[in-house]
Amino acid sequence: MEIAIRLQGLVRSYNGIRAVDGIDLEVPPGSILGLLGPNGAGKTTIVRMLSTLIAPDAGMAEVGGFDVVRDAERVREIIGLTGQYASVDEKLTGRENLLLIARLLGLGRRHARRRADELLGQFHLQDAAKRPVQTYSGGMRRRLDLAASLVGDPAILFLDEPTTGLDPRARRALWRLVGELREQGTTVLLTTQYLDEADALADRIVVLDRGRIIAEGTSAELKERVGGRSLFVVVADSARVDEAAKEIARIVGERPQTRDNTLNVAVTSSAVVPRVLRALDQVGIEAVELGLRTASLDDVFLALTGHAAEATSEMAEEGV
Amino acid sequence: MKALDQTLALAWRSLVQVRRNPWELGDYSIQPILFLVLFLFVFGGAVAGSTEAYLPFVLPGVIAMNMLFVTVYVGHGLNTDLTRGVFDRFRALPIPRWAPLAGRILADLLKQALCIALLLIVGVLLGFRIETSPWEVLGMVALVLVFASAASWIMVLVGVLSRDPEHVQLFGFTALFPVTFVSTAFVPLETMPAVLQPFVQANPVSLLADASRALLSGGHALEPVLWTLVWAAAIAVIFAPLSVWALNRRLARG
Repeated sequence: MEIAIRLQGLVRSYNGIRAVDGIDLEVPPGSILGLLGPNGAGKTTIVRMLSTLIAPDAGMAEVGGFDVVRDAERVREIIGLTGQYASVDEKLTGRENLLLIARLLGLGRRHARRRADELLGQFHLQDAAKRPVQTYSGGMRRRLDLAASLVGDPAILFLDEPTTGLDPRARRALWRLVGELREQGTTVLLTTQYLDEADALADRIVVLDRGRIIAEGTSAELKERVGGRSLFVVVADSARVDEAAKEIARIVGERPQTRDNTLNVAVTSSAVVPRVLRALDQVGIEAVELGLRTASLDDVFLALTGHAAEATSEMAEEGV
Repeated sequence: MKALDQTLALAWRSLVQVRRNPWELGDYSIQPILFLVLFLFVFGGAVAGSTEAYLPFVLPGVIAMNMLFVTVYVGHGLNTDLTRGVFDRFRALPIPRWAPLAGRILADLLKQALCIALLLIVGVLLGFRIETSPWEVLGMVALVLVFASAASWIMVLVGVLSRDPEHVQLFGFTALFPVTFVSTAFVPLETMPAVLQPFVQANPVSLLADASRALLSGGHALEPVLWTLVWAAAIAVIFAPLSVWALNRRLARG
């Protein structure tokens, strides 16, 4: 298998809107590809086509060398899927969920039990193994969901927004587990709204906007295009936002994006912070907040498309 | 063989679920018993003169009603799987497309059989005497199960078309109540208004209740049995393809 996942001119519409609008993509085996984009960018639609849940309108997709439409049955034998919604059975225990998948994959009774217990251990769910999933926390549910998609040792794994809605600790825990998969040589296609997640996990990142690829590269390459960090200033007086923007542009060399009372601009050095603060002080503009943050998906989008991402990426701003 | 194993695994899952759904469990155990006892002691005197005389009449009626109510869970469970993403997980696995549905209906038939057995046992404890041969009793159980599997397809359709599991229950029970009560399940045909009688006579619930009565207590079974089977076949022929079509449409859209 030279190429684990191959997409050519892939198109899929919903109600006349092209959710996926001509995607070409190749993922080498054993690597992790991050599909980065806001809600509605087409990430989930791509995953649903690759995991044989929906058919493309045009173009083709191959997973493990098998066409997702013609050889759907073969594709299903080599993939694992972890959906955006925890697709585990709430009424079953964690262990029963894994046993069910194992039985469906044709493992014998004893083998199924062994595999379930193995995964429960690996995903730190032994203590909750006999509790119904409806009592699980969000993080435990996602871990179980991921475990369920690994029962059959898939060569190719799809993770659709695996950490959306999780608290930072649960996210980190899930990241570690995905990191371990990389070491086992599993090919992973991961969708996310968070740059830091793609950064932490993916070998290569593809940025999607409105069903199209707008950028591609390693996280370092993308960040370079964004400027790495951005300066944000919130001014007290909304009437003076323009004035503040001029002052900041004079120092940074680029006019900031403004949204209400907030100004945002990519910077390369933290040395600008005291200078901006001084400059605003001199003209008598009061800054309610001022600081640096790591580039977020918003910044990537602003830099690449000129329009803001519709989904806010609160998670990416945690590191302020 | 593999497909059979997979269907059995999915049926097992449906049965294990019941353990953690007190409402559903109640609908298979306490509710049918409650209905039987309530109907018997509240209406028995008024409808049949005495509870003893009413028991052979009402027991098959309660069995028919309970069977219909249990089918709602086929739609409820399917809708839960569809809305929660469990169905997608199954569809991404190398199992036959029909296995999740087949597993569900298989589990439903087992639940149905247990409910019928439970009601028969409680009926006997309340003084019901089976007047027919074991074969006829088995025939009655089989007839109820055949009708249940046909009626399940209606609930599959409801499950596919409903927005969430709560709507399945709301719609399912709202539709089932009139169908169940405008029948000879609980009262004799002659006591109802003349305008209603043609509907009551044609109602499959009436036919199933009459057939069950004949198979448990003796009498002319052939005609109601045949008409029940005709109804079951008609429901299956219409609703099975319709449900599968609606399901595929919902899946293709998503």
